[in-house]
Amino acid sequence: MTGPIIDGIIKAFQLLFSLDPEVYSIVLRSLYISGLAVVMATLWSLPIAAILGLKNFRGKRFLRGSFNAFIGFPTVVLGLLLFLLFSRSGPLGSFGLLFTPLMISIGQAILITPILVSFITSAVEAIDLSLRDLARTLGSTEIQASIAILREASGGVILAILAAFNRAFAELGVAMMVGGNIYGRTRLLTTAIALETNRGDIPFSIALGVILLAIVYTLNITINYLRRR
Amino acid sequence: MKGTITTLLGPSGSGKTTLLRILAGLENPTRGTIFYGNRMITNGERNILRQNATMVFQKSVFFDATVYNNVAYGLKLKEDLSKEEISNKVKEALALVRLEEFEKRRAEKLSGGEQQRVSLARALVLDRQLLLLDEPTVNIDPKNVSIIEETIQRVNRERKTTIVLATHNMFQAEALSQNVALILEGTVKQTGTKQEIFGKSNKYLTSFARLENVFSGVSEISDDYTSIIHVDDKLSIEAAFNSAGEISVHVRPEDILVSTRPLQSSARNVFKGRIIGITDIGPIVRLTVDAGKKFGVQITKKSLNEMSINVGSEVYLTFKASAVNLI
Repeated sequence: MTGPIIDGIIKAFQLLFSLDPEVYSIVLRSLYISGLAVVMATLWSLPIAAILGLKNFRGKRFLRGSFNAFIGFPTVVLGLLLFLLFSRSGPLGSFGLLFTPLMISIGQAILITPILVSFITSAVEAIDLSLRDLARTLGSTEIQASIAILREASGGVILAILAAFNRAFAELGVAMMVGGNIYGRTRLLTTAIALETNRGDIPFSIALGVILLAIVYTLNITINYLRRR
Repeated sequence: MKGTITTLLGPSGSGKTTLLRILAGLENPTRGTIFYGNRMITNGERNILRQNATMVFQKSVFFDATVYNNVAYGLKLKEDLSKEEISNKVKEALALVRLEEFEKRRAEKLSGGEQQRVSLARALVLDRQLLLLDEPTVNIDPKNVSIIEETIQRVNRERKTTIVLATHNMFQAEALSQNVALILEGTVKQTGTKQEIFGKSNKYLTSFARLENVFSGVSEISDDYTSIIHVDDKLSIEAAFNSAGEISVHVRPEDILVSTRPLQSSARNVFKGRIIGITDIGPIVRLTVDAGKKFGVQITKKSLNEMSINVGSEVYLTFKASAVNLI
């Protein structure tokens, strides 16, 4: 029973250190797609979080609660929803995005928006509000004052971005259902591991698994280090 | 008031900060009207105030940055200034508060007095027409106080900056300002030049010098021709004058007797209360007693020890009707 596992691990490290082109193209593609997802999601999450953290309005608590609740949204359910929306016969099918790298990025961006919004909102709320009055009395417009607060919260913003990237990079459901795991196009670390394991190519799966773990682990160590500071 | 220093003099909680924040365009007044110069400012026009005034808060707050970047913040918002111009102005402002060498230090790591000087420089660098200062020297050491006071006077003299300064310190008001507004419980009780306020009768002086034990209420004349001032449902003070209607009175802290049991005496005012604060100032101890309203009382340390009272102890406050002064 242990034979294939040990064989797999040995072969995995051979693949890793021989800089196997297939392995590394999958790693780079995963980094790129999840990176793009984080950029998109950050662009719309920052203003949402600034408003939630700084303004008072009806329904604010409900909105905050919703974003909090959606942090744990099941990735396959989101994948299914997006698949139905973007499939050829779906309402957004005409965009032709299904089974493209961009589609995976969009899906992951939606998936991580609740993390970004919730974490950044908390970071903004932790900033001394008198700083906003300070910015105002020094000549800031309301938007400039909000930017000043976001800059003060930059530690929390970076933390949120790292956590969001972590979630996007390690998820399987969205990438599988809207990406399609197409060789050389939408095959990512997670989807490749799922596929190769099914096909019986255990060493390849283990090699990819080691890389995925290494990246996620490094990210988490960085997050913990930043959080302590 | 243009080009002068005006102090808002009143105890803490009297509304000085709120008034300054309204003048700074940070808050809308709940009623009343603001005039800037001859111009009436409506609630939608707070920007006019924000463009012409700047405020230094009582508690220094900083952007998580160096002294230089904190002071430069307001200048960087203006698009028409070059890096060099900004740098010159920042250096000039830091020189005014004598912090030339502090550019690269982290602002939040400085002492309280130095922080307040950075806050002042951060406001001065903008060279606004109106400078609003909220208790700029409270809780800082004498050396920093004198630097701040000198800077305030110098800026007023050399740049003709109009300054409104909130303080509870009568001596500071007298030393720095040309005009004084006395504020109590949310209302401006009296305004005038320094001479008008500090020069005469001294009843104002007495009350505002201590800035405690000032009570307002509706007064009625009793059968004995004294005044009974109804401060609230539970607290009425008897005074040896006759004056009816809405009035404010003051009792000097040293005129109040403290005892652990009710005293048999001729004094007309006896209140039961609980000690909520003790401040040691040498041989004298100041007690804050909650007897429905807060009273400030002075006793010697020896009496404090002999009565063996402490925070939380129940005490009786006694004072004569003639110790109650009309403001």
